[in-house]
Amino acid sequence: MTSQNKITEKGPFFSLLSGLPGGGKAFMGILLTAACLTLAGNLLIPEGHALHVPTYLVSLMGKYLCYALLALSVDLIWGYCGILSLGHGAFFALGGYAMGMYLMRQIGDRGVYGNAELPDFMVFLNWQELPWYWYGMDNAFVAAIMVMLVPGLLAFIFGWFAFRSRVTGVYFSIITQAMTYALLLAFFRNDMGFGGNNGLTDFKDILGFDLRADGTRAALFAGSVIALAIGYLICAFVTQSKFGRVLVAIRDAESRARFTGYRVEYYKLAVFVISAVLAGIAGAFYVPQVGIINPSEFSPANSIEVVIWVAIGGRGTLWGAVLGAVLVNWGKSYFTGAFPDLWLYMLGGLFVFSTLLLPKGIVGTAPDVKRWLQEKMSAGADAGEPKKGEA
Amino acid sequence: MKIIKKAILLLSTLTCLVLTGATLGAASELYDVTQELNTKSYSKKAKVVAKIAETGDEQAADILRALMAGDLFARKSDKIIVLAEKQPDGGYALIAPGTGAALGTAKKSDLSKVKINNRVRNAIKAALGGLDLNHPDPAKRLAAADAVFKSLDDDMLPLLEARLKTEENDKVKSAFEQTIAALYLNADVDFAAKVSALHTLKESGGPEVKSFLSRYLAELPEEEAELRSQVAEILDAVERRLSNFALVENLFQGLSLGSVLLLAAIGLAITFGVMGVINMAHGEMVMIGAYTTYVIQEICRTSFPAGLEYSLIVAIPAAFVVAGFFGVLLEKSVIRFLYGRPLETLLATWGVSLILQQFVRTIFGPTNKEVSAPSWLSGAWEVTSGLSLTYNRIAIIIFALCVLFALMLVLKKTLFGLQMRAVTQNRQMARSMGVESATVDSLTFGLGSGIAGMAGVALSQIDNVSPNLGQAYIIDSFMVVVFGGVGNLWGTLVGAGSLGIVNKFLEPYSGAVLAKILVLVAIILFIQKRPRGLFALKGRSVEG
Amino acid sequence: MQKLKKALGKISATVALAATAFGMTSPAMSAEDVIKVGVLHSLSGTMAISETTLKDSVLMLVDDLNKKGGLLGKKVEAVVVDPASNWPLFAEKARELIEVEKVDVVFGCWTSVSRKSVLPVFEELNSMLFYPVQYEGEESSRNVFYTGAAPNQQAIPAVEYLMSEDGGSVERWVLAGTDYVYPRTTNKILEAFLKSKGVAEEDIMINYTPFGHSDWQTIVSDIKKFGSAGKKTAVVSTINGDANVPFYKELANQGIKAEDIPVVAFSVGEEELAGLDTKPLVGHLAAWNYFMSVESEENAAFIKKWKAFIGDEKRVTNDPMEATYIGFNMWVQAVKQAGTTDIDAVRQAMYGQEVKNLTGGMAVMNTNHHLSKPVLIGEIQENGQIETVWNTDGVVKGDAWSDFIPESAKLTADWTYPFVCGGCEKPMY
Repeated sequence: MTSQNKITEKGPFFSLLSGLPGGGKAFMGILLTAACLTLAGNLLIPEGHALHVPTYLVSLMGKYLCYALLALSVDLIWGYCGILSLGHGAFFALGGYAMGMYLMRQIGDRGVYGNAELPDFMVFLNWQELPWYWYGMDNAFVAAIMVMLVPGLLAFIFGWFAFRSRVTGVYFSIITQAMTYALLLAFFRNDMGFGGNNGLTDFKDILGFDLRADGTRAALFAGSVIALAIGYLICAFVTQSKFGRVLVAIRDAESRARFTGYRVEYYKLAVFVISAVLAGIAGAFYVPQVGIINPSEFSPANSIEVVIWVAIGGRGTLWGAVLGAVLVNWGKSYFTGAFPDLWLYMLGGLFVFSTLLLPKGIVGTAPDVKRWLQEKMSAGADAGEPKKGEA
Repeated sequence: MKIIKKAILLLSTLTCLVLTGATLGAASELYDVTQELNTKSYSKKAKVVAKIAETGDEQAADILRALMAGDLFARKSDKIIVLAEKQPDGGYALIAPGTGAALGTAKKSDLSKVKINNRVRNAIKAALGGLDLNHPDPAKRLAAADAVFKSLDDDMLPLLEARLKTEENDKVKSAFEQTIAALYLNADVDFAAKVSALHTLKESGGPEVKSFLSRYLAELPEEEAELRSQVAEILDAVERRLSNFALVENLFQGLSLGSVLLLAAIGLAITFGVMGVINMAHGEMVMIGAYTTYVIQEICRTSFPAGLEYSLIVAIPAAFVVAGFFGVLLEKSVIRFLYGRPLETLLATWGVSLILQQFVRTIFGPTNKEVSAPSWLSGAWEVTSGLSLTYNRIAIIIFALCVLFALMLVLKKTLFGLQMRAVTQNRQMARSMGVESATVDSLTFGLGSGIAGMAGVALSQIDNVSPNLGQAYIIDSFMVVVFGGVGNLWGTLVGAGSLGIVNKFLEPYSGAVLAKILVLVAIILFIQKRPRGLFALKGRSVEG
Repeated sequence: MQKLKKALGKISATVALAATAFGMTSPAMSAEDVIKVGVLHSLSGTMAISETTLKDSVLMLVDDLNKKGGLLGKKVEAVVVDPASNWPLFAEKARELIEVEKVDVVFGCWTSVSRKSVLPVFEELNSMLFYPVQYEGEESSRNVFYTGAAPNQQAIPAVEYLMSEDGGSVERWVLAGTDYVYPRTTNKILEAFLKSKGVAEEDIMINYTPFGHSDWQTIVSDIKKFGSAGKKTAVVSTINGDANVPFYKELANQGIKAEDIPVVAFSVGEEELAGLDTKPLVGHLAAWNYFMSVESEENAAFIKKWKAFIGDEKRVTNDPMEATYIGFNMWVQAVKQAGTTDIDAVRQAMYGQEVKNLTGGMAVMNTNHHLSKPVLIGEIQENGQIETVWNTDGVVKGDAWSDFIPESAKLTADWTYPFVCGGCEKPMY
């Protein structure tokens, strides 16, 4: 750990930055530059100008960044510790619900029935008073805690049982799926007090700022950028520390790691909880930007898709996860508009071909392609066209 | 003078009427009554139906059946009710009801149908009930007895009693007895007769008896305290009996749900359990099977209407072949490159499942397709009155077990099964013994997919045939396989059965949603206790 | 240095990507002579089964309009997107249609949640949505025109019919629905209504199931038991689309006949029945504002056009299609009247706009953004059609706010002076 002694000199943040591998630094550079350009394009350049970035695009990018953070959290456990969770969407959705509850309470008496105490859907389903678990959610600070606490706690309890019982591999994947499916059904019930299938929607303000204002949107986008950046740093820190090495050891040979004397289950539990909290934060930024949270976010299909983003981007490389999430979702946005009848073929085809042709994902394959190109060049052959365009 | 004149006039009119009546016979009465159907009120129509039956005319039943089938029309030009028969050229030949006189032809736009609703339909059934009590077909007699039981028409009592003496069919006989008993309770007979009638009713004791008795009890005046207590006692006995049946029914429903889960999961037990491929496209193979059933049925409908009843039987091997073909195709083109990377098969097959869904949507359109049930699968088997089990569910339970045992036989007794087990247990060794492992792999995958296709045939009988069909079963299938223990067919059987039964026993108490949630939580907890499922594989192959 | 170069290269790649993302979704917007109509219906996912038909209906109507020479001398162009039954994607696609494609009006949505998801977008960007499906009410937005039935145009007349002598004098009720907001509201309204008619608490059974519920054995046998208590029983079903097929299959198999326990459904139309063998279901009921079987010139022409457009003689028409038809034609009339596609002018022109119903009579757009339409109750026939057995004499005005929910009974929706609000207790001016 070369960065160990630098901490005293530059403080932890810089030491972490300097400890990042080349790709990581580049990633942070790109992320922050792109964010600044987008924000400047949105706020400073007047509408109608060729370089103006419409708010529509800002919100869309903000959404992608939330997905990216979710992908990052999945990559942390799957790419670095070999835990394949097919239910990570549950943590994302729980974070989102916590945020949604806060936003719902912010509506106050501006709902259609003008009830300051109860959200509209409760008035209309004859709830007499606010259920206990809604208490305190009108406070931004409490809500922020809950955004992290609820997913973290669920992950802790679930992980505690699962890892201690040594539920591994595909069994673990399937029970995470059972978990998110059970939560889907539970949140779907109107009796639960979370708005049933309609979920929470029609938000007005966040922290007193109008959610529809361009400025608020930009701020939320900036918030997502920062969350992603911090999330990235945390993941980078985790994976590069000694702790991270152990995780990789567990991924590659769990029994050996255990026999070497590591309490595998604690390591797994810790990283699982960190990952769930990150997913929860991603959900919290996601909800105000898309304007709705409903039980479909818990659907197992969503969680499976997150894993696919990571796989396409490159499992076990942090910025590969981010790239995968942004790329696939951008593709989805574009194809659903441009080829509404054909887009599922394209998306499905993308999943199949990237698994077949890019087993390490885009980022993982890039070095191979580079090497291949260099070999060709050094061999004197003409390296006319770069292959597959994924570089 | 005037009075005499009037009297003569009256007399002559009367004679005239009688005369015309005599010349046209009773048929014209039927004709006249039928004309009264020209009204908008359904209550009136229901009364007219009863009147038609009361004419006692031979053709009354035919007219009522025509009304039921929607063959009675009102001619728009003169508001006359006519029987219309469709002609090959698209027009209608009109016949006067009752008289049988031809009234020319008309176009569809000149006629408006005499509409009926449930109330009228009930009246027709009750009326036909009276007319059908002597029908040679026992099913018709049974329906007639039920109709009388519902209408409680006491005019039928002598008819029923007369008929009972010659009745030979046991089922019809007991239906007659039940109806007679019900009529006795309403009739003016002594207390002892009523009590014996009550005991007859207790014997048959189905839900309709419960319904009848509770209605009867509610309407019985307070003064007849003795009879009231008797009725209450019998009603209680009937209810107890029914609630005992409810338990049996619940068990059956659990088994039935279990068999559906089993069918959906057996294929997965092969592709996932034996081969280790996390096949997310498994649900789509089920869907392909269901669509194959639809296509076969459509072919039958257009080309061999006679074979329609048995199209399902043809569909079973067809679905196996079609889904199996898709399975082999999938294995050869995608899965082959991914062995040893199980999690990546998940990603690729997920993509395949999206493609297959859209593929079906493009070809067949996004809407539901109709797969009709053959008559031998519709309806229910009445074990005893009050307990009936639906035929299609019974068929699915039997079918699921047959598929499972056939599969076991293939695995244990055939060369292919031997090779398959060899390849999955030790590929290197199998290859060195001369087993073509690549071929065995694709055939195994094809087998699993083909079985999923056969599941689709069964599911087409109880669920939507739509592009989303597979999605609904994929998670449940995985739960069953994992719960039962990967790689063990017995585990899949026990897993499916127990999940089905637990679910159905919870449902009455907790509601459908909560029952499902509880089952899922139970699975999660169970996996903690036995991390490799109910029937875990032992040995070295476990680590890996 | 090399690293910096690499980083710069990546940045430029990202910017290029973003630029294409922007550039490709907004094709050249020079065409001033085109009026754009957005179509926001799911073409994949769970709702595709119902919504694809509506997409095709709008395409047919646009096609038809262009054949007649377009609108205001311009060609009308439909912009179709696929929100894929994904609710956040609905909001994103709505924004894309309005901001990027610059459409003048949007026809779309089916589920309540999708409408709730896009509502803030339409209000923020002041655009116009036509929502063609029967729904729970309790909403009136300045930017949405609701052309489907409100609860008072479907549920209450149906129950009244069943209570009448003609309908079978039903005294005992099962309210079965999918657990989401439309059935919850409808059942709440019905419960209040039934109690006001003197139906006792124990004569009402309420049951909720999840979306796509496929194992109906327990519930159907419960209904059977509930129906054997000696009183005439009926089921009021608000079960959502997909789950209906297995529900009816189970009803048929357990031998529940319409003459014994009729089921009246508010979400089952010709399209759903097309996936079923209806022979065992004859006599079960449905309540809508339109049936394909209704005989009228307009309907015959519409059906003919639809079958020709879709190229399938077996395809059926249904109520949401009629609602789309009415909505589209009203919008066309309003645009002609206003002489522009400007949202505010068109909105003003919409009030009082009349279009011939396919079933006869005139549909009128009210100032609460809901239609006045006739209510039909029909029974399922062997051929999969629904035949009218009862209909209202005139039209029924759609209520945004139900009179049977105390909180909403006091609210008024009226978007004209002096009220100018979607739900307020007294006029704004």
